Amino acid sequence: MRRLATFWLRYRRNRGAVAGALALAVILALALLGPILYPTDPFDMVGRPFSLPFDRFPLGTDVAGRDILAGILNGGRVSLLIGVLASLSATIIGVALGAVAGYYGGRIDDLLMRTTEFFLCIPSFVLAVVLVAIFQPSVVTVTVAIAVVSWPSVARLARGEFIAHRDREYVQGCRAIGMPDWEIILLQIMPNALPPIIVVSSLMVATAILTESGLSFLGLGDPNLVSWGYMIGVARTVLRTAWWMAAIPGVMILLTVLAINLVGEGLNDALNPRLRKR
Amino acid sequence: MKKATFQFVLRRLLQVVPVVLAIAAFNFLLLRMAPGDAADILAGQMGHATVEFTEQLRREFGLDRPLYQQFFIYMGKLLTLDLGMSHLQQTPVVDLIVDRLPATLILMVSAILLAVIVGICIGIAAARRQGRLADNLISVAALLVYATPAFWLGLMLIVLFSIKLDILPSGGMMQIGAGHEGLAHVLDVTWHLILPATTLGLFYVAIYTRLMRASMLEVYGLDFIVTARAKGLSEGVIAWTHAMRNALLPVVTLAGVQIGHLLGGSVLVETVFGWPGLGRLVFDALLQRDLNLLLGILFISSVVVVIANLVVDLVYGLLDPRIVHR
Repeated sequence: MRRLATFWLRYRRNRGAVAGALALAVILALALLGPILYPTDPFDMVGRPFSLPFDRFPLGTDVAGRDILAGILNGGRVSLLIGVLASLSATIIGVALGAVAGYYGGRIDDLLMRTTEFFLCIPSFVLAVVLVAIFQPSVVTVTVAIAVVSWPSVARLARGEFIAHRDREYVQGCRAIGMPDWEIILLQIMPNALPPIIVVSSLMVATAILTESGLSFLGLGDPNLVSWGYMIGVARTVLRTAWWMAAIPGVMILLTVLAINLVGEGLNDALNPRLRKR
Repeated sequence: MKKATFQFVLRRLLQVVPVVLAIAAFNFLLLRMAPGDAADILAGQMGHATVEFTEQLRREFGLDRPLYQQFFIYMGKLLTLDLGMSHLQQTPVVDLIVDRLPATLILMVSAILLAVIVGICIGIAAARRQGRLADNLISVAALLVYATPAFWLGLMLIVLFSIKLDILPSGGMMQIGAGHEGLAHVLDVTWHLILPATTLGLFYVAIYTRLMRASMLEVYGLDFIVTARAKGLSEGVIAWTHAMRNALLPVVTLAGVQIGHLLGGSVLVETVFGWPGLGRLVFDALLQRDLNLLLGILFISSVVVVIANLVVDLVYGLLDPRIVHR
């Protein structure tokens, strides 16, 4: 309880982070409750195409007469879901590999780090495009593709943390009493290594949402689900006559990513107070 | 060249070989994981997809051999830069890529130059006004730009500058049918480059601004700046010569490692602006489900990143002798 209180005390000092948390809460509520409170199917043709915002429909209709507000609410679910899942998977893969590499060192470390560097050479967005194209677009493939291109940075960070901890006295103590390696890694070092990793993986949610929007803009989104990137892609063809149609989902992406970035910075201030210089 | 320098260059060059081989192997793996092989696709397109015909194609392509043999054939072809044919355009993949690579390089280099120069200037300006209104405004703007999807920013810039104000072209690389030559051609391309390069570069402007500001503030805390002030040098001279030179290193380092990311961004930006580069080719390949072309682009762009990193490393090594002797 006291740790939570200190955490909040430090977090709240960053005003941007508080605003970001509020904005994120609103966006989450809209994505979770919105489709229930506003149950229009985002693929239904509900009215005349190109109707202006605030006219018959709150945000107007798109090229096919579909309700834009319904698209925004349902699209938010998809973007946030993929963002969180992809970041979580990337974190788990990255931490697992980084922990093993950092704790054991030697050959295993060499092998895992060469693999990581190899992935850092491949242009990540292009790889994500290729992966989704090969395995057909769906929520699962998009999530996996984003996770596959995102884990290396977590792996590097986790490795650094584990190297910094592996020879500390408390770890040597654990070894001396015969504690198995997995227990030292998971229960002893992990809690100490987690704070910077949490920060990076929260910021990764933002990157993942940007990547997802780019993929679905290119037509590589789940064909059965509306997403913000897909809406921009559809509206792109009528940019000359109805620019707001592309503007609205873009603003939503911007606000969501901004909110997550602000929260990430607040987490950094609260979890890594010693790192806070600049 | 000194012996140590020569060894450094040689060592770095040799390190590239396994990476390129690994990329090739990875590509082969991806190709094999795709559902259906080249024979299926081609037979389907030719309109007579009988089992016999598909088998014949498979033999022609060597797809009936054991996997390891196929792998060696694939690698052998790669050595001669044979990436196979684009299924739909009936052109060697390499030709298509080589054709598009210059446009992408022009776009990427312009974007990164813009980002580094503007980012450094704004970052220095912010650091000199730390905590004041201008600094805060710059920080907020950087946060906003950092959260903006580049492809959407491109669309909004088109709305503003091409549709509403009608002062910049909305797409393409040159005016169609104008047939400019020499300087007029260069100017025409530059004119078409403004919006795409800004769109691609703005995200990095935000990154470099933040980095340069932080780096400058760190340098401002060092003793030699105190000395410079004690000598009575003006704040401008201190900022732009003494502090800047020392604060630049992290910015240049980052610019080097971001080439891969930049290439990914240019896929989207080129699609938005119809810029005839690799990124646009990715989009076309996607539309036509041309997997061979897509994998060829992945391979070549990875190699471009590896080479770019190599060049950055070598330049570093030559500029900073300490790295050579590591």
